[in-house]
Amino acid sequence: MGLVASFFGQLCGKEKKPEEERHLRANDRSFNLTYRYANNAIKTSKYNILTFLPRNLFEQFQRLANAYFLFLMILQVIPQVSSLSWFTTAVPLMFVLSITAVKDANDDIKTEKVDFSWNQLADPKFVFHDHSLLETVKQGNPDAQAFFRLLALCHTVMPDEKKEGELYYQAQSPDEGALVTAARNFGFVFRSRTPESITVIEMGKQVIYELLAVLDFNNVRKRMSVIVRSPEGKLTLFCKGADTIIFERLHPSCKKLVEVTNKHLSEYAGEGLRTLALAYKDLDESFMDEWKQRHHEASTALVEREEKLDELYEEIEKDLLLLGATAVEDKLQDGVPQTIEQLAKADIKIWVLTGDKQETAENIGYSCNMLREEMKEIFIVAANTAEGVKEELENARRKMSSSSADKPSVIKARAGLFWLQKTETVQDEKVDGEYGLVINGHSLAFALEKDLQLELLRTACMCQTVICCRVTPLQKAQVVQLVKKYKQAVTLAIGDGANDVSMIKAAHIGVGISGQEGMQAVLSSDFSFAQFRYLQRLLLVHGRWSYLRMCKFLQYFFYKNFTFTFVHFWYAFFCGFSAQTVYDEWFITLYNLMYTALPVLGLSIFDQDVNDRWSFQYPQLYTPGQLNQYFSKKAFVRCMMKSCYSSLILFFIPWAAMHDTVRDDGKDIADYQSFALLAQTCLLIVMSIQLSLDTHYWTAVNQFFVWGSLAGYFAITFTMYSNGMFLIFTSAFPFIGTARNSLNQPNVWLTIFLTSLLCILPVVAFRFILIQLRPTINDKVRHKMRNEALPATTKHVHVRRISTRRSGYAFSHSQGYGDLVTSRKFLLKIPVRTRPALFTETDSPLAQNQPQHYRTITEEPEGSQSP
Amino acid sequence: MMASSYNAKDEDGHITVTGPGGGTLRSKKPENTAFKQQRLPAWQPILTAGTVLPAFFIIGLIFIPIGIGLYVTSNNIKEFEVDYTGVDMSSPCFNCSQNFSWNSTTPCTCTIPFFLEQPYESNVFMYYGLSNFYQNHRRYVKSRDDSQLNGDMTSLKEPSKECEPYAYHDNKPIAPCGAIANSMFNDTLELFYNDPNGTKVQIPLTNIGIAWWTDKHVKFKNPGVGEANQNLTTAFQGTTKPLNWRRPVYELDAAANNDGFINEDFIVWMRTAALPTFRKLYRIIKSPSNGMMPTMPRGNYTLEVVYITTMSKNLRQNLFNQLNPDYPVRSFEGRKRMILSTISWMGGKNPFLGIAYITVGSVCFFLGVVLLIIHHKCGNRNNSADISN
Repeated sequence: MGLVASFFGQLCGKEKKPEEERHLRANDRSFNLTYRYANNAIKTSKYNILTFLPRNLFEQFQRLANAYFLFLMILQVIPQVSSLSWFTTAVPLMFVLSITAVKDANDDIKTEKVDFSWNQLADPKFVFHDHSLLETVKQGNPDAQAFFRLLALCHTVMPDEKKEGELYYQAQSPDEGALVTAARNFGFVFRSRTPESITVIEMGKQVIYELLAVLDFNNVRKRMSVIVRSPEGKLTLFCKGADTIIFERLHPSCKKLVEVTNKHLSEYAGEGLRTLALAYKDLDESFMDEWKQRHHEASTALVEREEKLDELYEEIEKDLLLLGATAVEDKLQDGVPQTIEQLAKADIKIWVLTGDKQETAENIGYSCNMLREEMKEIFIVAANTAEGVKEELENARRKMSSSSADKPSVIKARAGLFWLQKTETVQDEKVDGEYGLVINGHSLAFALEKDLQLELLRTACMCQTVICCRVTPLQKAQVVQLVKKYKQAVTLAIGDGANDVSMIKAAHIGVGISGQEGMQAVLSSDFSFAQFRYLQRLLLVHGRWSYLRMCKFLQYFFYKNFTFTFVHFWYAFFCGFSAQTVYDEWFITLYNLMYTALPVLGLSIFDQDVNDRWSFQYPQLYTPGQLNQYFSKKAFVRCMMKSCYSSLILFFIPWAAMHDTVRDDGKDIADYQSFALLAQTCLLIVMSIQLSLDTHYWTAVNQFFVWGSLAGYFAITFTMYSNGMFLIFTSAFPFIGTARNSLNQPNVWLTIFLTSLLCILPVVAFRFILIQLRPTINDKVRHKMRNEALPATTKHVHVRRISTRRSGYAFSHSQGYGDLVTSRKFLLKIPVRTRPALFTETDSPLAQNQPQHYRTITEEPEGSQSP
Repeated sequence: MMASSYNAKDEDGHITVTGPGGGTLRSKKPENTAFKQQRLPAWQPILTAGTVLPAFFIIGLIFIPIGIGLYVTSNNIKEFEVDYTGVDMSSPCFNCSQNFSWNSTTPCTCTIPFFLEQPYESNVFMYYGLSNFYQNHRRYVKSRDDSQLNGDMTSLKEPSKECEPYAYHDNKPIAPCGAIANSMFNDTLELFYNDPNGTKVQIPLTNIGIAWWTDKHVKFKNPGVGEANQNLTTAFQGTTKPLNWRRPVYELDAAANNDGFINEDFIVWMRTAALPTFRKLYRIIKSPSNGMMPTMPRGNYTLEVVYITTMSKNLRQNLFNQLNPDYPVRSFEGRKRMILSTISWMGGKNPFLGIAYITVGSVCFFLGVVLLIIHHKCGNRNNSADISN
C-alpha cells in the first residue's frame, strides 16, 4: 500500500524536495507569503468536493468486504463463470457504498464545524454564606486576615475578567483555584496581576502589592512562596506547602500552634481531605535588597542555576510563622463506592492507576471500598531496586498462595483472522481470601521491566484490588498493555486528565470523564461522561445490551445467509451441479438489502433482554459477555448446524411437496419459477419467524419492521412479476405471472406453513428445554421480571469514610507556573480559542475536583480554615 | 456550621459549560425521550410453559386432521402411468428408440396397450413425464430470449447472446432461439379406447388451455401481430427453424390462435421444470357434456407414440451433442412416461403433504407431552431458584 500511496503522490505532483531552510520576517505577512511555505492552518476535514468521490471510494475498497464484493461483481460480468446477473451484486454494493459515502461526507462536514470553545471551562457561579467566619474577618482579626491575604496572594492563578464584575480564575490545579476563590469570598478578592504586581481588593479596598519574587513550586520543594511589598512598604513572604515541609521551617515560637494544627490536620486527613499548611514571615528591607541581588545573579547564572536558586529559597524560607492550615475536601463523586461494588459483582477487575501520592491513593481506595479493613492483607510494594521489588512481589504471592509455582503457567495459542496472531495467556491462580496490592511508581518502573512483568501480573491478578500510585502517564499505558497482552482480557481505561490520555488510548475501550481537568481525556476517548458513576450504566446497561445485540445480530446474520446458501447446495444435486440458483435473481439481490435488513436492524437497535433497572439489580448479568458466551466458536458451529437443518427443511419439503404435482386446474406448478417463488417465500417467512423468536423486546418499531418487510416482500414480488414490469423490462423480469399463478394454490400455502413450522418447532422446543433444565442468569431474571415489580432505582447514599490515614496533598506534582506569571507572556491578548490547555494535572478520576462544601472550624481562633 | 454549595453541575451531573462571554454551549446530552433513552414501551414475550405447551398441543390437534384430509384427497385422485421409453428389448418402443436418428425423415410409431381398472370421471389430464432431463441446468435455463418470444421484431432478427449457440444458423436468426426451444418435446401421443365390442375409438384430446393464462396472453406473443396483411409466415420471414425441429414455428398448429410462439405445447415446454424429473401437461380429455358417462370408462386402451425425435437424455449430452446435429445421439439414461390423472383442489396426486402433516402433528403432540413432563419434573425447581448475588 505504501508503494501505491507514493505512486499516487508522484502522480499528483506532491513530492517535494526536503526543505532545509526557511526565510521569514517577523510580523511581515505579505513578505512571508511570497515564499508559499506550507501554512500551519489546522484542517480537520478529510475531503473537498473534488477529491471526495475518488478518495472515498478508494478508502471504501480498502475494506476487505467491499473489495471482495467488487471482485465478485467483476466475476459476474464474465458470463462463463457467472451464475447470476451482474445486478445481484452490483445493487447491494452500490447501496452500501452510497450509504457509507453519505455517512462519511456527513461526518466530514461535521468535523469541519468542530467547535474549539471547549477550553473555557470558565468559573462557575459561587454561592457562599458563613457569618461566623465572615464576622471574624470583618472585625479585623489580623491572623484571619493574614490567612486570607496569603490565599489571595500566594498562588499562580490567572484572573480573567472579560466583563466588569465577572471574574474567572484559571488555576493550575483545581485546589489552587478553590483556595483563591475561598479568599475572594471572605473579602480578599484577587483581582489581577502583572509581572510586578498583584491587585487585591481587601474588604472593599483596592490594594496593590508589589510582587518581588515567586518562589515556585516543584516536586522536591513541595511548597511555594511569594514575596510582596504592601503599599505601606511592609515586606512579607507568604508560603504555603505540604504540612511536613512547612513544619520543618517554622519559628520555634509557633510550637503550640503547631500542635493544635497538627491535630486538625490529622482529622482532615482522616476524612480524606487534602491539606496544606500556611505560613508567613516579615522581611526587612536590607536583607531583602541583598537577597534580591543574589537572586538576580542566581537566576541569570549559566551553570547550576536550579541548584543555586534552591539554595537561595531554602535560605529565605525559614523561621516562618504558622498561620493555619487549609483542607480541600477531595470529595468523591456521587456513587463511586456503589459503582465499584456493582462492577465487582459483575466480575470486572478494577485497577487504580493514579498520579496521587501513596497516602492519598490509599485513602481514596478505602473511601471507595476498594481497600477494605476486612481484607486479609494489603501488600505495599515500594522498593527502590529491581531485586527489592521482585522480592516483595514474590513474598506477597507466597503469602496469598503458598503452593504457587515459581514459573507462571503461560498458555500459548493462536487467535485472530486465520489464526495468524500468537497469544500468550497467564493463567489465573487460586487464592483464599481477599488481598490488596499497592505499588508505587518507582517500584512499578522495575516491575514493568521484561523479567519482572509476569511476576507483577501474577501477583496483581491474585489480589482483589490493585492500586498503582505515583505512576507516570507512560506507566499507565504500560500497565494496560501488560494486562492486554498476557491476560487476553478486554481492558477499559477511565480517566479525566491529560495524563490519562496514553492509558485511554492503550486500552480497548477508553472513557473520558469530562470535568475540571480539561478535555484531552475526553477528546481521545471512545466514550465520555461527566461522572464516574455513569460507568456502571455504560457497562452494565448499554455495554451489555450492545454486546447482546451485536451477538444476536451476528448469529442471525450468519443464520440467514448460511441457510440461504445451503439451500443452493442441496439444489445442486438436482440441477446437474450447474450452479443454478434456487431463487429468483431479484430475490437474491434484495434478500439482504431489503427483505431482511430492517427487522434485524430493529433487533440490533432496540433489543434488550431485561431493562436497565433489572440490569442494575443483577450485575452478574454482565458476566456471560466476559466469557464470550453469546457468540463463540461453539455458538457459531451451533448456528451453522441450525442453518443446515433449516436449509434441509427449506429445500426438501418444497421439493417433496411440489415433486410431480400440478395445480388445481392441472397446469404446471413444478416449474422452476414457481418452485423458486415457493422456496424463497418459505425462506423469508422462516427468517422472519426466527427473528421474532430472537427478539425479546418488541417495540412498535420492531413490529413495523417485521410486518413491513414481509408485506414489502409480497408487494415487491407481485410488482416485479406483473405484466407491466415484464412489458417494460422484458429480459429483466421473466417471472411474470408466477406469483399470481402459484400463490393462489392451497397446496403452496400448506407447504409454506409446514416448512415454517418444521424450521421453528425444534428451535422453540430446544430453547424451552434449556430454560427448564439449565436456565441462564438471563432466563432467571426474565422470569423474575415477569412475576415481580420493577426494582426501585437505587438511591446513592453517601458513605462517611472512617479512616485514620492522613493525607497531605493539594499541589500538582509538576513544576508550577511561577515563571509564566512573572513573565510578560500572559499579558498578550491571546484569543480564547487558541489558549493552550493549562490544566494538565489529574487526580484520581474518582475524585470530584470541584470542592463542594466549605466548613469552618469554629474553635480555631487563628482562622485556620478548611475550604 | 454553615455550608454553602458550589454549583458546578446540574442535578443530573451534566456540566453546563459557560463561556466567559456568557454564551452557553449546546449540551450534547441526548434528549430525554423514550426513543433516545431506550425506554420505548415494548412487549416482552418469554417462553413459558403456559405458552409453549398449549401451542404444541394445539398444533398437533390442527395438523392431524388437515393431514388426514390431504391424504384422503390425494388417495382419491386417480393416476395411471405408462413408461414408453423402450429400454427393454421386449418393450414395444424398443425399435423406435434405438434406431431413430436426428436425420431420419420417416416417423416411427409404437403402440402400447394398457388397462384402466377404474373409470376416470370429470376432466382427465394427460401428461408426458421425463426423467433425468435437466431442464434446470443453468446454461439451459437461460438459453432463451424472452423479448423474441414476446414478439419483439428486433430480437426476432437479432436473438440475444444468451441463445448461443442456438442463436443463428446459416447466418439466419433462429426463431425461437436457444437450447430450450431447440430441445422441445415433439413425440405425438394418441389415445384409443378399445370398446368391449372390439372397435378402436380415438379419444379426442384438447390442446387448448394447457398453458398458464399469463404465458399465453402476456409473456408469449407472435411477432407482427396487428400489422395489416401479416400472416405468421411473413412475420417469421428471414428466420430459420431450430436445428432439431422438423417444422418451422409458424407451422406448429393449424389453428391461428395456437400457432407460432403462442402454441401451447411450445409454451408449456418453455416453462422449464424445477427438477430433473418432471411432468408437463400434454392434453386434456374433457368430460362428456351429458355428464352421465365417465370420461374414461374402465377398460382397455392403446397409447400410440409417434417418435419424431428422442427426447430424454441427460442435458450435458443434450447441450454438447446438439452442437452438431449430424452427431448421432446414442444412449440416454432418461425415461419417458405418459400419465393420465384426475385432479382435486390440492392439485395432482401427491401423498407427501398429507403424510407430512399427520407426522408433524403427531410429533408435536408427542413433544408437547415430553415437554410437559420435563416442565413438571425440573422446570419449577429451576425457575423458582434464587439468583445468587
